[in-house]
Amino acid sequence: MRRRIATQVSAGWWAALGSVGLTRERWLTLSPARRRAVKEVVWVGIGLVLIAAFGVWQTSALAIAAVVLLIVVPPYKKFKVGRFPVGKWVVPAAALAIVIAYPYYLNSMPQVPIFGPFPMISTVVAMMIFSMMALGLNFVVGYAGLLDLGYVAFYAMGAYVAGWFASDQFSAQHLDLGAVGLQPGWIGFHFSIWLVLPMAGIATALIGVIIGLPTLRLRGDYLAIVTLGFGEIMPQVANNGNSLFGFNVTNGPEGITPIDGPGFGQWAHKHLHLPASYLTVGNYDSVFLWTTLVLILITIFCSMRLRDSRLGRAWIAIREDEIAAAAMGIPLMRTKTWAYATGAFFGGVAGAWYASYKSGAFPTDFFFQISVFILCMVILGGMGNIWGVIFGACFLTYLDREGLANVGAWMNGHLGTNVNVPLYEFGIYGAIIVIVMLFRPEGLIPSSRRSAELHEGVHDTPLYDIEAM
Amino acid sequence: MAEPLLVTRSLRKEFGGLVAVDGVDFTVPEGSIVSLIGPNGAGKTTFFNMLTGVYKPTAGRVSFAGEDLTGKPPHAFTQRGIGRTFQNIRLFQNMTALENVLVGMHVRLKGNLFEAIIRTPRVRHEERDARARARELIEYSGLRGRADIIGRNLSYGDQRRLEVARALATDPKLLLLDEPTAGMNPQETAEFTEFVAKLRSERGLAVLMIEHDMRVVMGVSDRVTVLDYGEKIAEGEPLEIQKNERVIEAYLGKAALA
Repeated sequence: MRRRIATQVSAGWWAALGSVGLTRERWLTLSPARRRAVKEVVWVGIGLVLIAAFGVWQTSALAIAAVVLLIVVPPYKKFKVGRFPVGKWVVPAAALAIVIAYPYYLNSMPQVPIFGPFPMISTVVAMMIFSMMALGLNFVVGYAGLLDLGYVAFYAMGAYVAGWFASDQFSAQHLDLGAVGLQPGWIGFHFSIWLVLPMAGIATALIGVIIGLPTLRLRGDYLAIVTLGFGEIMPQVANNGNSLFGFNVTNGPEGITPIDGPGFGQWAHKHLHLPASYLTVGNYDSVFLWTTLVLILITIFCSMRLRDSRLGRAWIAIREDEIAAAAMGIPLMRTKTWAYATGAFFGGVAGAWYASYKSGAFPTDFFFQISVFILCMVILGGMGNIWGVIFGACFLTYLDREGLANVGAWMNGHLGTNVNVPLYEFGIYGAIIVIVMLFRPEGLIPSSRRSAELHEGVHDTPLYDIEAM
Repeated sequence: MAEPLLVTRSLRKEFGGLVAVDGVDFTVPEGSIVSLIGPNGAGKTTFFNMLTGVYKPTAGRVSFAGEDLTGKPPHAFTQRGIGRTFQNIRLFQNMTALENVLVGMHVRLKGNLFEAIIRTPRVRHEERDARARARELIEYSGLRGRADIIGRNLSYGDQRRLEVARALATDPKLLLLDEPTAGMNPQETAEFTEFVAKLRSERGLAVLMIEHDMRVVMGVSDRVTVLDYGEKIAEGEPLEIQKNERVIEAYLGKAALA
């Protein structure tokens, strides 16, 4: 059905253009770069018309259109300086600059039709932290093809490691390792957040291995059910952990708070002009934005390197055909456990960082729905594709934080309804996922390989069945 | 003569009450080509799966190059030098031919997670060599110029060839081929028979294959073993097997002997 609609739309389109002498044949004789440029101009034109129609005609809207055109249209990939392919870095560098400068131009951004203002900086930080978690889950689900419904357990573990080693939680202890912004009379462990992040990652990776060893022997649905179990256990342990064998481990429903903020200390402040403590700087959110950007760049880098390595090939081989992978000498258990541990590591680091940003770890943050939420990001964006996963994470987090409320306000204002849209959050996500699965099962920005897998069909039939007939 | 490369001792596999392979003693000497034949359902593929660790035998032992591998996982068999193909082609359908072969090299490469992230010079060299070697293997297996084609887009015969290339990438001493010429036309079959002979003469490989095409079996094998109802009913040189009464009976029924 989907294909029929698409065919008819495109046929009607070309018929309309053909009647003014612009036939498809003439279009196809143009060079690909020209065709792309024309398409971009048309899209930007449509965007500008929309902006004008919704009454937000501002110079900043034109500026955005100009930037988009400058980034997308010219074929930068061909640029070379000497023998160095400088061109392929142009688009990433521009994207990076846009994100870094975000706090400076946010206030002069126009209203977007329907969606309202651009997201606040704190929302962008949350978007990036969830991107990091989604990229972690992508190792497990996207690369190795293991369905994990309990990923929130790793997020929780990371957050509690931050809670244990950067707050007043353990009153019998008194140890300071480079923490910043301590109040007089502090107790407990206070490690520098820069130390806590790798600690959280490693601790979580170990938990991943411990959970993985018994469960990864299972396949498909069974693995999903067991991970679902772990995802349910974790918030319960967090919730009831205020007297675990007589120790107060998680401080129960109140959670661990406050957790120390990050910072570089006085020496670095004096000599390198880095913030001594993030909590005392004026542009608190911006500093977090830039630091989170560094963390996510590290995550992307590791994702890319691992994808193209011996281990990444083994993960993809397991996803494609477990038995053939084993016969090619890939140790299944060890390779899957590595995927789990790697995914858990980034989940843990993201969890610890988020706990430090929010200054707290609360059991309500680790309910099952967060696992599903992160899984939705991976599926929506495109399993196995780094950019797709980041897009999915940013989009869903944005909807969760601001988007739905803004859309709801617009709807109530313009259509005269009175609906509390954010109340229907999970229903709306469900609808989005169903629509995406129906029309684009490989996700919005799929990896080419995944896309091929989901559109195959006949190849699943074993050949000997045909021979036997 | 030295110890044969592959030895099984009274190898047995039961599935519930069904005895699929029943006490088979079997050897493959180094550098020889051995064929395993038998009617459908004789237990040939089950036997193969026990030789590669996919199934654990119910009883009996498998040893390879003097080492007992009974009960080890499949990757241990590959590590020691047994490469295999599958009866129903099991390529990584959505990886390119080159990537398929690179996966086959998994056990011969060393780069670990941390080296992959840092991309140490050692890993860079290893990857470059692996790619060069993979391209060589692809050409050697008759897939010149098809290295970057996705597995499932290859023609049927090419998929079979790629499976062999992938198995060769594991750097085996013994190559197990499960019905390698199934679905090939006579010319392809003849080419493939030559290729198997070449594998032995150029690379010193021992080959064990399940095969139904008697021209292949008789043309290239040093020895032939016949299974029927999970039991070994005959073993010997191709010409002996052709005249063996029990073999004829198994294939054609008692009436054929009368």
